[in-house]
Amino acid sequence: MSEKVLPIDGLETVYDALATAIDQAGPDKAQLFLVKLALLNANALGDAALVQQQIATAWQDL
Amino acid sequence: MHQPATEARPSIYYNYEVFKPWLPSEHPQQPRHQVAIAGSGPAGMVTALELARHGVPSVVLSAELQFSQGSRAICFTRRSMEILQQVGVADRMTEGGLPWRFGNSFYRGQRVFRMEAPHDPDDRFFPIINVQQQFMEEYLHDACKANPLIDFRWGNKVNAVVQKDGYAEVEVDTPEGPYTLETDWLIAADGGRSGIRSAMNLQMEGASYEGFFVIADIQIDLPFPTERRAYFDPEWNPGNTILMHREPHGIWRVDYQLPPGETPEEALRPESLKARIDAQLAMIGHAGTPWKMDWSSVYSARTLTLPDFVHGSVIFTGDAAHLLPIFGVRGANTAFQDAQSLGWHLAYVVKGLAGPSLLKNHSTERVGAAREIIEEAGKSTRFMAPPSAGFRLLRDAVLSLSLTQDFVRPLYHWRTSRPHEYTHSALNSLGDDNALFKAGPAHGAPPQNVRLGINDFLLDHLGGGFDLLYFTDAEALPAALRSVIDAARQEGMPIKVIAVGAAQAVQGADKTLPDADGHLRQRYGVPANGAAYLLRPDQHICARWLTLDATRLQAALSTALPQ
Repeated sequence: MSEKVLPIDGLETVYDALATAIDQAGPDKAQLFLVKLALLNANALGDAALVQQQIATAWQDL
Repeated sequence: MHQPATEARPSIYYNYEVFKPWLPSEHPQQPRHQVAIAGSGPAGMVTALELARHGVPSVVLSAELQFSQGSRAICFTRRSMEILQQVGVADRMTEGGLPWRFGNSFYRGQRVFRMEAPHDPDDRFFPIINVQQQFMEEYLHDACKANPLIDFRWGNKVNAVVQKDGYAEVEVDTPEGPYTLETDWLIAADGGRSGIRSAMNLQMEGASYEGFFVIADIQIDLPFPTERRAYFDPEWNPGNTILMHREPHGIWRVDYQLPPGETPEEALRPESLKARIDAQLAMIGHAGTPWKMDWSSVYSARTLTLPDFVHGSVIFTGDAAHLLPIFGVRGANTAFQDAQSLGWHLAYVVKGLAGPSLLKNHSTERVGAAREIIEEAGKSTRFMAPPSAGFRLLRDAVLSLSLTQDFVRPLYHWRTSRPHEYTHSALNSLGDDNALFKAGPAHGAPPQNVRLGINDFLLDHLGGGFDLLYFTDAEALPAALRSVIDAARQEGMPIKVIAVGAAQAVQGADKTLPDADGHLRQRYGVPANGAAYLLRPDQHICARWLTLDATRLQAALSTALPQ
């Protein structure tokens, strides 16, 4: 995984921002919103193998 | 008794001729034929024309008495035109066709992607030309009719095939009843619903996608250029895709996906067609423009191929051998490549110039092509018509992002049909200099066309047999090379030598192209005299050398025609 770590205050900011955005998107659009976000993140990462790893990690313990 | 329709098919723009059936009672007893072809679509007729070009006669069996109903295949690629040039119908295609090279994808009223297909000044033909299939069939049929080696039989339907020892016994039904035809080889070019394939119970590999598309041809005057137009997720048809193409004679193709659960019968009801076409016209700002329906049909996307095209004396080709999705114009365009390949491979086996392993090579190469197309077309299909909730979600996310984000826009690319490169063909020479070239078409690739002058291109000079392009400014071909070529010709191998780079005619060459500005040499990555390319009868490259010698030429010729 990436060696960069998100510090706890940054993680908390993302936590709140994501939760708020999901609520604002509403149940009809939340999935679409999250997939758009995933694609934007994948593009920012620029590493398909890393995205595959993250997919596998997110898939665990559903 | 086979009774094909004798009423001319209806059409706004095409006058169908109803041909007379071929009746066995009007012809003497037939000997066993070398090749019979079931089906007179693009695959069947190009196979017949290619066989004839290599000197092999064939019987073409067409179940109908007229050309196919509706426009069907309308977009023909550059490589298809290069193949049609080889069988003599490219000029007629060009005369009546609408060439184009741009594609547009629209979402929420915005053009989110524009595809620009490159048009190299060295190419004679445009990336794509639109011609309705009936016209293409008419041009091919005229060429077949003019060829004494082609015995074209309208109203002859294959009922049953029995494989015998080294030949096939075919029961052919006609309007006066059946007769038996014996043939060394039967080409099954009988289309996507191939009766021969079903009767032989052959399984295809690959995937079928759910969901149907309607194809409708309408006569309408719309002020758009000849470009592909794709509309994603429009308000009148949420989640689905609509395609539009301009056809010749004032016709537009409208192609739309049906909502899940709707049957083809429901979709083809006139009021359903009218409501949807009106909605599409309204969306593009042409509500109320008068239009007339010419033809409509329904299809579903499939990516299926037989894993082997040769079964005893029966060889499958075109849609009978594989079913490919419409996205990327892969039906007829793939069929032309199949037929061109089959024509020379089979002709050389029939004439005894190569052993049966050459047919195995044909099958391996074209099955490989079908699998490559399936891989590519599968991606386009999953974008155009998402097969599951996950694919739908990703597609919708891309649509939404594409309004502002450049990086997702290439996902709209359509991956248009392109010729397969036979990179690992068994016919490619092992001891040549393929890997040492820095430019030019490599092993198995189709040739690069080169403009030589006004209305004069390299491909105009190639084909009909093997071609050796020999780069030299000397007065004559080296004697050692000449003796290899003479020996090959003595054994019946058709091979033409084209010298490139000499101001005067080179002795021992069949033709000399001066290439005064060195442009051809540059496109083919030729740094010095003495280099050469060997092209197969389908124009694909099977050997190339920086310095050709007699031993290596002999080796390449032997590899290209396995015994």
